[in-house]
Amino acid sequence: METTTETTLSARGLVKRYGDRVALRGVSLSAGRGELVAVIGPNGAGKTTLLSILAGIQRPDEGTVEVAQDRVGWVPQQPALYSKLTVRENLTLFARLERCSDPRETVERMLDLTDLGGRADDQVGVLSGGNRQRVNIAIGLLADPEVLLLDEPSSALDPRQRERLWEFILRLAGEGTTVAYATHHIQEADRYANRLIVLADGERVFSGSPDELESATGTTGLDFEHAFVEFLRQQGH
Amino acid sequence: MRWLLVKDLRILQRSPLLVALLVLYPVVIAVLIGFALSRGPDKPEVAFYNGLSEGATVELGGEKIDLTEQGSRLFDEIDPVRVDSREEAIQKVREGDVLGALIIPDDLASNLQSTLKPGTVEVFYNAEDPAKKQFVENTIEAQVQQANAALTKRIAVEALDLLDLISDGGSYSFLGRDFDVLGLRRAERILTEAGKELPPGSAQREKLKRVIDFAQLARENLAFSDDVLGVVGEPIRVNAKALEGGSTSLNAFAVALAAAVSLMFITLLLAAGLLAVEREENAFARLVRGLVSHTALLAEKAGLAALCSTAVCLLMLAGLGLFVDLDWGRLPLWLVAVVAGALAFAALGLAIGALTREVRAASLLAFMLALPLAFLALVPSGAVAPTLFDVIRAVSAAFPFKPTLDALDAALNDAGGLAGPLVHLAVLALVFGALSRLGLRRFA
Repeated sequence: METTTETTLSARGLVKRYGDRVALRGVSLSAGRGELVAVIGPNGAGKTTLLSILAGIQRPDEGTVEVAQDRVGWVPQQPALYSKLTVRENLTLFARLERCSDPRETVERMLDLTDLGGRADDQVGVLSGGNRQRVNIAIGLLADPEVLLLDEPSSALDPRQRERLWEFILRLAGEGTTVAYATHHIQEADRYANRLIVLADGERVFSGSPDELESATGTTGLDFEHAFVEFLRQQGH
Repeated sequence: MRWLLVKDLRILQRSPLLVALLVLYPVVIAVLIGFALSRGPDKPEVAFYNGLSEGATVELGGEKIDLTEQGSRLFDEIDPVRVDSREEAIQKVREGDVLGALIIPDDLASNLQSTLKPGTVEVFYNAEDPAKKQFVENTIEAQVQQANAALTKRIAVEALDLLDLISDGGSYSFLGRDFDVLGLRRAERILTEAGKELPPGSAQREKLKRVIDFAQLARENLAFSDDVLGVVGEPIRVNAKALEGGSTSLNAFAVALAAAVSLMFITLLLAAGLLAVEREENAFARLVRGLVSHTALLAEKAGLAALCSTAVCLLMLAGLGLFVDLDWGRLPLWLVAVVAGALAFAALGLAIGALTREVRAASLLAFMLALPLAFLALVPSGAVAPTLFDVIRAVSAAFPFKPTLDALDAALNDAGGLAGPLVHLAVLALVFGALSRLGLRRFA
């Protein structure tokens, strides 16, 4: 996982309010080419809100995002697919909407990449949760994005599928794609991320490597999940 | 937008049951409403016992009135089931074989002839529900009143003939013998000539002159009897003029209504469902991330819903045209009215779809809104209190059903202007389109 200093994703002072509730409180982050950034935190911390603002789905009330939206791939937490269409038809539809130069070739490439060639003509409604998530991710990759945003990408996958998903994401990062992902699987953050962004109550309470988080809590050598919980406790969350 | 359209068509194609229900249900509802409005039980079956002997007549002033012929007027609006006795007629009503029973008793002719008491017919029916009770009462009473009126007119004509005979004299037949009636006119002339032969100033001449004056006065006053008896025969005449609305027959209006109802259901459900499915499948956020604009997405859904409903509505009209006379020369106007209505309903459907998160919720809301709108638009003035009617009219004007019905009535039946409803529909389409666009803000 080689990263460069070239910044491909940058956000400063993001604030988002839903009525009286403040979902994000001045959150900033940046990520370089090929970097893997994990956004972690307790439920309701603002992880999905942060990613959806970075993806351009929501507008922040304050703050700025610096990234070309047409170069961002977005993989939402719930698969955004048409269950009455086949895998191939879903991919073809979004490839055409993304204005891919050769939609057919792009679709075949994605089917190979996600190992879904054998299910290409099955309607998405009959696929398992894991396979749906693979199609969901494939759609996020159709336009060869420079930045890939994934919201809980492995939540519906079994361990074997999860392993394959991460092999795939690491390969993308290795090829220079910046990947930011929100996850509840703390071990996935520890194992795959170059950098962690820890959110709690809409506030960024930590930004650094997993080792730095362990050092900050004095739990080096212990289970990373334990370190994370301890960190939140020390921060009063 | 083209690819979205292809996608939506493919999804519809893969939901054959849904599409069949979407098309069949509104068409069935529309046709049922149309039938309910245009036809009651058109000729309800009524058991009929006629106690009169064949060719029974009543003689009035030497003229015979055929009661069977007069009674046949009762059958203009009912389908008589002839029975042999009063008891059989009542039994048929009890068993529900017929809607009611009409009994003409044996003594009707003698009662009418005596003129001492009116002829009485008996009516039996089951009043198991108020609607049926009112229907039977209205139908049979109206028919009896018509027969009464016809008899009264006939009697008045006979009376007039008698009065003419008294006034002008002439021949008169009674019990097979012919009589020559002198009449007031000839009596006056004879008396005048007789008076000339009496000496002027004599007492007899003066008395005769008084009789002549009476005869003249009586004859002159009898001349007014035509008008008086005419009024007795038909005391109230109806001269009805419609101040508002066209001259559409109930059948023709039912066609317009059926078309409006099916157009409403299909368009509302399709537009609302097509938009809600984007949210249900979580695809909306992905689509509007620069792939499709909000407005283009709404336009695609509205266009597809309007296209499908227009096609179904025109097919339905073509089908109805096999049974009802439709002016095919007005086809371009039908098309304009149907498309305008479909677009307005599509905009309303999008607003419903933008409010809801799921297809089922969108469909339910569309149904819940559609039926009351249709019923409100059909409430006639005078049926409710004036203030309530104003409220109903305002509510109907705020939704596309009433203007669509007006537009279709104008296009199909040449009832009133088409421009007004079209402008109304265009305004509603813009308003609901804008509301649905606003609704999408909370859609992601």
